[in-house]
Amino acid sequence: MNTVRVFVPRDAAALSVSADAVARAIRDEAARRGAEIEITRTGSRGMLWLEPLVEVETAQGRIAYGPVAFRDVASLFDAGFLMGGAHALSQGAVTDIDWMRRQTRVTFARVGAIDPLSLDDYRAHGGLKGLERALAASGADIVEDVRASGLRGRGGAGFPTGVKWKTVLDAQAAQKYVVCNADEGDSGTFADRMLMEGDPFLLIEGMAIAGLAVGATKGFVYIRSEYPHAFRTMRAAIDIARKAGVLGASVLGSGRAFDMEARLGAGAYICGEETSLLESLEGKRGVVRAKPPLPALEGLFGKPTIVNNVLSLAAVPSILADGPQAYADYGLGRSRGTLPFQLGGNVKRGGLVELAFGATLRDLIEDFGGGTRSGRPIRAVQVGGPLGAYLPASQFDTPLDYEAFAAIGAMLGHGGIAVFDDSVDMARQARFAFEFCAKESCGKCTPCRIGAVRGVETIDRIVAGVEREKNFGVLDDLNQLMTDGSLCAMGGLTPMPVMSALRHFPEDFRRAPQRAAAE
Amino acid sequence: MASTAVWDEGKAREIIVRLAKLDGAMLPILHALQDEFGFVHAGATALIADALNVSRAEAHGVISFYHDFRPKPAGRRVVKLCRAEACQANGCEELVAELRRHRGLDADNQDDERLTIETVYCLGNCALGPSALVDGELVGRLDAERLADLCDGGPVQVAQTAAGDTR
Ligand SMILES: Cc1cc2nc3c(=O)[nH]c(=O)nc-3n(C[C@H](O)[C@H](O)[C@H](O)COP(=O)(O)O)c2cc1C
Ligand code: SF4
Ligand code: FES
Repeated sequence: MNTVRVFVPRDAAALSVSADAVARAIRDEAARRGAEIEITRTGSRGMLWLEPLVEVETAQGRIAYGPVAFRDVASLFDAGFLMGGAHALSQGAVTDIDWMRRQTRVTFARVGAIDPLSLDDYRAHGGLKGLERALAASGADIVEDVRASGLRGRGGAGFPTGVKWKTVLDAQAAQKYVVCNADEGDSGTFADRMLMEGDPFLLIEGMAIAGLAVGATKGFVYIRSEYPHAFRTMRAAIDIARKAGVLGASVLGSGRAFDMEARLGAGAYICGEETSLLESLEGKRGVVRAKPPLPALEGLFGKPTIVNNVLSLAAVPSILADGPQAYADYGLGRSRGTLPFQLGGNVKRGGLVELAFGATLRDLIEDFGGGTRSGRPIRAVQVGGPLGAYLPASQFDTPLDYEAFAAIGAMLGHGGIAVFDDSVDMARQARFAFEFCAKESCGKCTPCRIGAVRGVETIDRIVAGVEREKNFGVLDDLNQLMTDGSLCAMGGLTPMPVMSALRHFPEDFRRAPQRAAAE
Repeated sequence: MASTAVWDEGKAREIIVRLAKLDGAMLPILHALQDEFGFVHAGATALIADALNVSRAEAHGVISFYHDFRPKPAGRRVVKLCRAEACQANGCEELVAELRRHRGLDADNQDDERLTIETVYCLGNCALGPSALVDGELVGRLDAERLADLCDGGPVQVAQTAAGDTR
């Protein structure tokens, strides 16, 4: 029998449900049975409820089995899974699985398919074409392609990427920087992590293109310390890319320089805010800077700097390789391209769903998600992280695009969707929004620093039934003050989850006060 | 993880000198010190201030700003439990309450030589929560029993246990 290729993810989510143990068990069982196999560790396909998802290369394509537990391994061998044999855990050919087929995988096309640290694999699957094209183009042409693609920042604010790059391109300076924001602090999001662990060369390629576009020779990717696996993978990939001449003094032999480093954050949510991130990279406290000056003009160490989210930069190679129009053809209105949504919380089939803008929330949570994991009805979903709104079922038909969400007082943010069943207490969620802001505020401005603490107290009073009507008034004033008077969106958007909870789930704030229940 | 090395000023100085030439060397130095010793000793402040040419107050300000850097060693087992929204939806707060009720363990106040439990907000494992980072390894689909076992120093890799899976 020829050597059979078996694929087991090494993505942190897969590891969290024992993918390493499964890989070891497969190796040991193969040795015991004298079967010749070669195990490749990949990223995750993003079907996280099926992890660990094991794939076997056969004449019929890659056949998937999942979720595979340690103790399933012997029975998989008995069933002939090395030839794609039938088994209760068989999911069929991985690319035929409905959940995968209904997605538009552009950024995540390779994630789960390839060995993340094999540059050969990366090239064989279309990698580095964008960079090659960029090397043949002028900076202005690259920036124009990015503008024409309609790409908007995937970190949350949705600012047009091409416009930002143009500002940095036009700035005159001896040194410019490209900074990748991989702080991914929003709860409910994991796309940046999956990309860095599953296809790190894509991010490296995107950053190198950004550097060539604006004349920056140095890049940093700032990764949150809660992601030790992503940090290790990214650092290893950077070393490999440098040795192979993708990074360094002469990118792909062009004579043009671009190099980069991975840096670790230190457990502060606010360091995802771009100016706080720059302070942190410079070695200071992560306190937000007033704007202007824009980071594009005075960024890292005071130099013109592109700051972009992982997914924004990772979208760039395909825009260069396939042309901006191909990317812009996806989506609708002013939301072009695809967004990797992240479905989490109390959901049956959670994971990464990359879709063109325009599908609805219902498509995601019902069709892809399959309802709650607990089996109870969905009551609320929070979209866009801890600063995003809580939405009730009546808003599930909202199209997933930036403007449609803004119109209902919500935001897509970084595309995280956290599902809650009917046991959720929305007053408790609103309280948490304030509590989180109080803990993570950088402390620079009063509405945020003090307001969040007052918010917690006010909700406690409302829940305890103390002068409810008066305290609802206090809450309104506080929300207004924080929205209008905060320097950045930490304080400015904390009212969004609070007000949406209040607006859509008022009954949770008006329950008969309970004693003793407090923990 | 959580190295048990004792503070060694000479070694700390070596680390600081080696990294001081990086652009924005402060965080890399602090991480390297914590990796080596398991915490950032108060004595590091002056060494870093000298090497990076900042005031001691500034160096101290940075160290204290970030949640990651500990002033004293952590427990032998470090459990960083996610208590953000997606894990709340999967009952992480009930786990915290149960730890307190049945085990007398208090997240964020449990910090002795055996065990440190810390709250973190999102580990990027939001579809497989409740989640924790245990001695640097990600663990998903936690239930009360597994969490209690991990707090007792139980194995992080489930293949080492009889249960063998967390499905
Ligand atoms: C409190 C706060 C937290 C943020 N966290 C992140 C983050 O974790 N990742 C990110 O890419 N952007 C984050 N942002 C947005 C950044 O400030 C910035 O807009 C973004 O990095 C720009 O990149 P983009 O245009 O590619 O989205 C945050 C903003 C605020 C106000
Ligand atoms: S709003 Fe909050 S986090 Fe933002 S600058 Fe003000 S204090 Fe800092
Ligand atoms: S919310 Fe807990 S891992 Fe993301």
